Amino acid sequence: MPQHAHHQEHQDHSCCAHHDHHHDIVVENLTVKYRNLTALQNINFNTSCGNRLALIGPNGAGKSTLLKAIAGLVKKSSGSIQWRGTAVAKWSSEFAYLPQREEVDWNFPITVRGLVEMGRYPQIGICKKFSQKDTKAVDQALQSLHLTDLQHRQIKQLSGGQQQRAFIARAIAQEAHVLLLDEPFAGLDRNAAKTLSDLMHKLSAEGRLIIASHHDMRSTKELFNQVLLINRETVAFGDSETLITDQLLETTFLSETASS
Amino acid sequence: MNIIANIDLMIAPFIGATVIGFANGFFSGFVNLRRSALSVSALSHTMLPGIAIAVLITQQLTQANAFIGALLACILVGLGSVLVSRNSRIPESTALAILYTAAFSGGIAILPHLPIIASLESWLFGDLSLMSHRDLNFIFIISTISLALSNFFMRPLLLTMFEPNVASAQGVPVRAMQYLIFTLLILMLVASLQAVGSVLSVSLLVAPSAIMLLFTDNTKSLFWGGAIIGALTGAGGVALSHCINIHAGQAIVILLGIIFLLAFTFSPRYGVLKK
Repeated sequence: MPQHAHHQEHQDHSCCAHHDHHHDIVVENLTVKYRNLTALQNINFNTSCGNRLALIGPNGAGKSTLLKAIAGLVKKSSGSIQWRGTAVAKWSSEFAYLPQREEVDWNFPITVRGLVEMGRYPQIGICKKFSQKDTKAVDQALQSLHLTDLQHRQIKQLSGGQQQRAFIARAIAQEAHVLLLDEPFAGLDRNAAKTLSDLMHKLSAEGRLIIASHHDMRSTKELFNQVLLINRETVAFGDSETLITDQLLETTFLSETASS
Repeated sequence: MNIIANIDLMIAPFIGATVIGFANGFFSGFVNLRRSALSVSALSHTMLPGIAIAVLITQQLTQANAFIGALLACILVGLGSVLVSRNSRIPESTALAILYTAAFSGGIAILPHLPIIASLESWLFGDLSLMSHRDLNFIFIISTISLALSNFFMRPLLLTMFEPNVASAQGVPVRAMQYLIFTLLILMLVASLQAVGSVLSVSLLVAPSAIMLLFTDNTKSLFWGGAIIGALTGAGGVALSHCINIHAGQAIVILLGIIFLLAFTFSPRYGVLKK
């Protein structure tokens, strides 16, 4: 199997780990309009692999829209998204989008393993069989998320934290570099949130980039190292340590109380 | 083409029902995964006015014009309900229910004015005993096309049905996959016209994999198990119809209903007694 050797070097994400400039994502003047409504206006930020970026803003600030725009799910009205120096035309197989938990049909007759295997579908294409390499990628993804023992369960028979992990395992089986998570901590109990937090630190240490919408201001500093404050437009962008100040939080959320 | 020319006409219904049952049973997997039993029911009723108008215009009933009429009617009603829901506060299912019942009533109103009322009625309610070799060929071809396409595109189809957003982010052409399912669904509905008729065809496109849903969490067994259940009830229905002297189509649908209730009650996995 000639592909095998190539795969070995591809599978650990060491390419990302050195923080080299080829793994930057640059968002410039991104604007998204739904009919007459402007959901996002001139969003600018850039980050690179190895970071954990939180998108923070009031309800309706466009956090989910931004995630979807990066994933290629909503059309950009103007502006650009560049990944590794080239513009992302529509979508990239190196990005994985993880929906909010309530958007998923948990009754779908699929096991945890089946869900993770879906991550491999784009790689193997339409009719190729699962190779040893694919099976191994799925095994490893399950293992690294501590889901091996649960792999034969139907996805509804998991706790909220486990469900979140199953989707992350799917993204890892996909060999995604950039994980786009929509409110990953919503509805998780303290233990599950802790596990997910540890996991996010591990994934970013491996060289993956995590971008997640997040609503709980207090936990932001410990969970994420970068923050993008948005309210339809960029309010501020930077390290979470320096950026999350009481004053700034007030300005971000002031408009929410004013408009409601 | 005439692969089955030598088969005695007596067993044509038997083979036809088995093949239709198999293909529909397989396809019912998609219907259940999409939770779209309601729209299958709507589409099957919508076919009636489509076929009736096609017959009214061409003054004859052939598989080709029945299919085109059914297809156009389904597209009109399907797109119509999408159009209404996007441009008003009315949800799509409400619009669909109003449009398909109106279309169905229109079709019934046209029926008495058609030149070939007798044979059309057998199409609406199904009559396997009238099945010719040509019909059998038609069923073979449609079933093969539908099974081949849905198996070829199984992975993108499953991704689309599970979570369209995630699928789209993985590069799956979600829209194209949804159109493919819609087209195949209409193909399967037309193919099962003769076996169980347009009205009862809902059963074959819903029940087989719904039964499997009570037993399995594996999509593969959902589809192929559905196919086997469909084939067995197809053949069993024809046999039963000879024993108790009812129409084969009705026997098939009754059998499916009984098996479904038994599965619902006794399934070791998701049966009601298990809970």
